[in-house]
Amino acid sequence: MKAARAPRADKTNVKLLVVKDGMIEDSLIERLPDHLRPGDLLVVNDAATMPASLPARDARNNQMELRLTTQLDERVWQAAVFGAGDWRTPTEDRPSPPRFAEGEEIMIAPNFRARVRGEDQLSGRLLNLEFNLSGEELWRNLYRHGKPVQYSYLEDELKLWSVQNVYSSRPWAVEMPSAGHALSWRLLLKLIRKGVQIVPLTHGAGLSSTGDVKIDLALPLAERFEIPPSTMEAVRRTTAGGGRVIAVGTSVVRALESAGMGLSGFTTLKLGPGYERKIVDGLLTGTHDVSESHYQLLRAFLPENVLAQLSQHLERQDYLTHEFGDLCLILV
Amino acid sequence: MFDFNGKSVLITGGSRGLGRALALRFSAEGAKVAMVARRREELDEVVREIRERGGIAFGIVADVGDKESVYPIMGQATALAGPVDVLINNASALGPVPLQLIPDTDCEDFERALQVNTIGPFRLIKAVVGSMVLRQTGVIVNISSDAAVEAYPSWGVYGASKAALDHLTRIAAAEMADAGVRFLSVDPGEMDTLMHAQALPDAAPSSLQSPAAVAEKIVTMIRQSDRIANGSRLIAPEWRPL
Repeated sequence: MKAARAPRADKTNVKLLVVKDGMIEDSLIERLPDHLRPGDLLVVNDAATMPASLPARDARNNQMELRLTTQLDERVWQAAVFGAGDWRTPTEDRPSPPRFAEGEEIMIAPNFRARVRGEDQLSGRLLNLEFNLSGEELWRNLYRHGKPVQYSYLEDELKLWSVQNVYSSRPWAVEMPSAGHALSWRLLLKLIRKGVQIVPLTHGAGLSSTGDVKIDLALPLAERFEIPPSTMEAVRRTTAGGGRVIAVGTSVVRALESAGMGLSGFTTLKLGPGYERKIVDGLLTGTHDVSESHYQLLRAFLPENVLAQLSQHLERQDYLTHEFGDLCLILV
Repeated sequence: MFDFNGKSVLITGGSRGLGRALALRFSAEGAKVAMVARRREELDEVVREIRERGGIAFGIVADVGDKESVYPIMGQATALAGPVDVLINNASALGPVPLQLIPDTDCEDFERALQVNTIGPFRLIKAVVGSMVLRQTGVIVNISSDAAVEAYPSWGVYGASKAALDHLTRIAAAEMADAGVRFLSVDPGEMDTLMHAQALPDAAPSSLQSPAAVAEKIVTMIRQSDRIANGSRLIAPEWRPL
């Protein structure tokens, strides 16, 4: 599939492939209300996308890029480290950063530094970093020095406003929860007026790719999530009333199914073939390539033969992929 | 009825005048207050004052007239204080001081006033309203002026930008009429503030309302906003609690 190489100025022409009862139908995101019924519940991830990419250097002046993955404590974040170069180089071709010693200092700006508190067992490129700042000073400096994570297939550098959904709130996501990018309030109000309820949860969507094989095979890493009691109540009411619980994005599936297993706060749940969904009945998602971690999650929704058919159709009909690409609606 | 305890309130122009008074008032009600201002020292002082009184406050150094500031403001405010329950677009630019007749006004001065008084609030509304609709709660107050209604000579830049803000408030309320978010536009009346002194240096401070008294009234308006017609324009000195 070809990548959408820029944020979509006109979202009305975003294509939607609807998969229902093993059948495939070409549609448009504008026609989403036609595919949903009164009594259905749409659950969205309201995490805003933070500027998770920070330029940095070590004491020997080696240049690097930090991509924050998740906040672990007041001052401690997990981060993936990339060597010199910028976003125009695909992550898998980026040089490795230097190896870090425990306690080594990384500098982002003269007054904004981080100390290495340990490597993850997965890879020396996945570090726990303790910043010298916390609270409002930390957030002030993240927004001052950080940029949104960029993608090598894009024409231009992304601005922070290009990676927000129309309902985004707290900046917990380090990459955009992109299944919601094509939703407008015109469309959402139409759905609400039709009787489709829309409720939020917050899921700190992590990195989609790091170029480090060991890390990428382990994606998604642990992610932080929070589901308001009112959303869980809406899920219960919808299921009891015969409606369908439809997740907007794989991050929402992960959060809801994690809650269904009694998890809260952080999740390491991985969904894939053989996983029996307990909560989610449908999924609005991007068009994912077989190589992506998101594709694994689709295996929890569709059998291999339907997934193969879906992939062929997306390819043949020139659907666009990646963050600003076209979408699929999977109803099971 | 809005209980402000634990609620997240975002106030622009929070370091001085009405913004400062609102921040003090909301924090006394138990709200977590995020304040935006351009000058760090003044902002730090208000944050310190609120914390000394046991309140929860955060300072965000930003210019609401700058497009690049919107998501940094939103991100810092929500990361620190939680999803925004109340947004008060209070920051204002007078335009050229001393005030000028329209034909004597530079285009750039008008553009700057529009950026701060109209487009900045528009951007912040756009950034907070979606989350408010999903959570079925939220009040957005845009601080207006009688200059938005009365044609005072030499108030063209300020008056036109505030009139546009009033209308933006009305239209946003009409669009979101059934979506659970309240919009109000409030003319605070004449107050003893630095901005008032810049605009009308000869006014006697004793003839002016204190920002604290007006803040008290605005907090009551917000508390009662579910009983006020959505999109209303309220005049603080004339308004009586319901």
